[in-house]
Amino acid sequence: MSTPADHRATEAPPILRLEGLSASIAGQQVVEDVTFTVPATGITALLGRNGVGKTSTLKAIIGLIDRSGSVELDGERIEKEATFKIIRSGVGYVPEDREVFAKLTVAENLRLAERDAAPRRQLVEDLFPDLLARSAQMAGTLSGGQQQMVSLARALLNTNKILLVDEPTKGLAPKIVGEVAETLAEAARTVPILLVEQNLHVVRQLAEGAVVLSGGRVVHTGRARDFLDDADLIQRHLGVSADAAPAGKPAGNPVEKGAAL
Amino acid sequence: MTTDTDTSSTDDTASAGQPAADGGTGRRPGKTNPGYDDAGGAPGAAPHGGRPRPTGRRLAAWAAGLAGVLLLVLLPLLNISLPGVLPGPSYTPGSLQLLAMCMLMAAAALTYHLLLGVAGLLSFGHALYFGAGVYGLAIILQNLDIPLLPAMGLTLLIVIVLAHVVGSISLRVSGIPFAMVTLAFAQAGSVIVGRNPEGKTGGDEGLTLRTDNLPDFLVGVVNTRNLYWLALAVLVAVFVIVTWVQSSRAGHAAAAVRENELRVRVLGLQPYLVKLLIFVVSAVLVSVIGMVFLLLQSGAVPRSMSADLTITLLVMVVLGGVGSRWGAVIGGVFYTILDQRLTTLANSEAVKSLPDILRVPLSEPLFILGTLFVLVVLFLPGGITGTAERLALRRRRGNRGAGNGGTETPRDILEDAA
Amino acid sequence: MSTVVLLLFTGLGLGALYFLVAAGLSLIYGLMGVLNFAHGAFLTLGAFTGWEIARRTGSDNWGTFLLSLVIGAAAGAVFAAFTEFVLIRRLYQRHIEQVLVTVGLSLAAVALFDGIWGTDPVFIKGPAWFKDTTEILGARIPNDRFVCIIAAVMVLLALVFFLKKTRYGMIIRAGVENRSMVTALGIDVRKAFTLVFTIGGAAAGLGGVLASHYFGYVSPMLGGSLLIFAFIVTVIGGLGSLTGAAIAAVAVAVLQQFANFYLGGTGDFVVVLALALVLLFRPTGLLGRTS
Repeated sequence: MSTPADHRATEAPPILRLEGLSASIAGQQVVEDVTFTVPATGITALLGRNGVGKTSTLKAIIGLIDRSGSVELDGERIEKEATFKIIRSGVGYVPEDREVFAKLTVAENLRLAERDAAPRRQLVEDLFPDLLARSAQMAGTLSGGQQQMVSLARALLNTNKILLVDEPTKGLAPKIVGEVAETLAEAARTVPILLVEQNLHVVRQLAEGAVVLSGGRVVHTGRARDFLDDADLIQRHLGVSADAAPAGKPAGNPVEKGAAL
Repeated sequence: MTTDTDTSSTDDTASAGQPAADGGTGRRPGKTNPGYDDAGGAPGAAPHGGRPRPTGRRLAAWAAGLAGVLLLVLLPLLNISLPGVLPGPSYTPGSLQLLAMCMLMAAAALTYHLLLGVAGLLSFGHALYFGAGVYGLAIILQNLDIPLLPAMGLTLLIVIVLAHVVGSISLRVSGIPFAMVTLAFAQAGSVIVGRNPEGKTGGDEGLTLRTDNLPDFLVGVVNTRNLYWLALAVLVAVFVIVTWVQSSRAGHAAAAVRENELRVRVLGLQPYLVKLLIFVVSAVLVSVIGMVFLLLQSGAVPRSMSADLTITLLVMVVLGGVGSRWGAVIGGVFYTILDQRLTTLANSEAVKSLPDILRVPLSEPLFILGTLFVLVVLFLPGGITGTAERLALRRRRGNRGAGNGGTETPRDILEDAA
Repeated sequence: MSTVVLLLFTGLGLGALYFLVAAGLSLIYGLMGVLNFAHGAFLTLGAFTGWEIARRTGSDNWGTFLLSLVIGAAAGAVFAAFTEFVLIRRLYQRHIEQVLVTVGLSLAAVALFDGIWGTDPVFIKGPAWFKDTTEILGARIPNDRFVCIIAAVMVLLALVFFLKKTRYGMIIRAGVENRSMVTALGIDVRKAFTLVFTIGGAAAGLGGVLASHYFGYVSPMLGGSLLIFAFIVTVIGGLGSLTGAAIAAVAVAVLQQFANFYLGGTGDFVVVLALALVLLFRPTGLLGRTS
């Protein structure tokens, strides 16, 4: 079992290494001196309270916001590259709130995302048969779950070194949450994923490693299960009671988001 | 918040340092890092983009300002020649006229600074209020038999109403759309002046100032120095008022709105009303400047209500340095003198004898000013004052931590306006 | 009746000009957030270039006219591409500074046009057919109106085709909605910026040649005066919406013509009033994004 190790050695080199990453939006610092690694396999969860800088960390990795520090993808430094070059070098990004192009059709949304010479259209059609049927529909008229499928499909069309997935189950019905979780589990068999997720059921079901942010910094790294089993840690870092992450239950209960204080 | 930096490894302090207001809005995640409050300003007491200066230096700056004003007051009584800057010795009407123009433009630039530098409002319609002052007073003096001061009061009343109406509509949008909408309203004013309704505005020809009801000491070339002193008084008054507004509660609130509107709303202030207040104050001030401009020029010309004038003010503020009062003043003076000198240059024999490829651009002052402006925006984002400050800072630090060691305000302010 | 028809077609012709300016403005703003004050200068350059062509090749034949359209559009396009590449790109994401640069460029360009072509209007003649009239429902309508209308419709159709059917069109539409997500899909959106500027400049240059025939003259102020109405059109139509720009262009111009005729020359004033009403009741414009 590989962990998002900072101290211990891992069997394979990490796919993503952040060192002293800081980021700011409109001159205000939102991520400060964040250091962690993401192993080359499996799903690593990025956890923390609302507004702690998880989304900003993902955005900083691909340069959507101003950042400093070092970001290494598969051994290559990328922190000075433009966003589109980082993405082309093999990053799939599934943003918070899906961000599908509402006034483009589903087909256009997908075509726009194709960057490989041979995009994996078949895979996407197999995973999301729904989308094929709705390919001429404006993406803005889809349900939240369907939009999430489009957003995931845009990332899965290409061969990636890593997927950055931001709150994929946010605001979705329990049944759809399950489907999204299954899709992610399926995808994780071929590509490592850094996952921001508030639903601790989903985290328990999917994630192997966990990185916990607080106050814009990393306060905990380790195995996801160890973290989720420690009620005290959860209370302290996520501000929710451990009930939010009961062991063994299937994912899907809409969970109140971590302490919207 | 300093505890965070000391004990960064323990999460309890970090979460304790999380301001409650932020978590509630959820819009700007992760504002909990230490130092944030220092940079952004504590709620309700945001510094208006100013650098914290030791009181000693501030005092010295005020003293220098006072000495400068004193010198300017005495200037018409002295015989000072600045070849290349002034057309003649300082007591001559020509020089005083140019200097008075400089001071009025500097004052007008200050009112524009109030909009752009303080409230972050990029208006393209400021000339509407300047022009309303110019034409309002000219038309009232032309048509009503009342003395100067009541006429000015009446003009002021009209401007206050106008600014409220236009401001409350324009402020329904912000950023670039605000710029376009204010431009459109100003254009309507400009069109009305051009159309010459019932012969009141004089159309393209403009209006000559009717002097029947004016006090004698403000009329005629011999009294240019009185107008000069009046212009100086206006500049000083506008500077003091702008300083006062900036440091008032409304000024702080406006700066806070500029930086983060959402935050101010959370604090229970009405960003819309704060912006409207600044808009109206700025409009009223510039209309008074327009009235004095009318006296100085003894006439109203359509240009005083045109988009060109607003753009001129914008250029002055940016040349001087956005966000700085002195920048606005320096920009206004610098632009006015440069414009005047370039016009003289354009008509000089030296330029006329040049080959076309040099003669054509050099004989167009606005070409040179426009190009200069583009270069300043591209390469000197802090304008004249910002660059001077950076150079001073670099010298003081012995070239060590040069670059943007200080808070790089002008760019931030411009970003906020977007 | 014939007056109404005449006003309508005159309005449509003017609306065509507004549209040619507003189309580029709206797309540029929608995609890049740049308010382009230099757009009027693109138009003026197109108009003067067209005039130079007409002057040098004998003005009153169709070949010359078509050539001047092509060269005028090309001049606008080259100027616009240069503007984006040399000035705008350096200030990526700094929207206000981008506006300031276009303001400075517009000042400098208009002054330069003054210096080259003089401040007085130069008069232009097209093919003789332009000044003939065609009778529609009893109204005798100058033919140059039809030329403007047809040209604008063709530009509209070409733009719609480009936006709907090509990959770059798709990128531009997506970018208008959410620019950063386009880059987050691995697309270099800056190429789309240059393209949009070039297209906008070409439309403005074309509009410049047509405007010179519509008004019968070219002056360095031509672009600036059309630009302000184009701004109003883009705000009313909804920033970033091409269809909105087309509808608003026609509505504004027709309204202006009717108000000028029936309400004693108050056309410009009524247009600003319409703008105020739209802002009061629909701040995002007729077809603007609601958010």
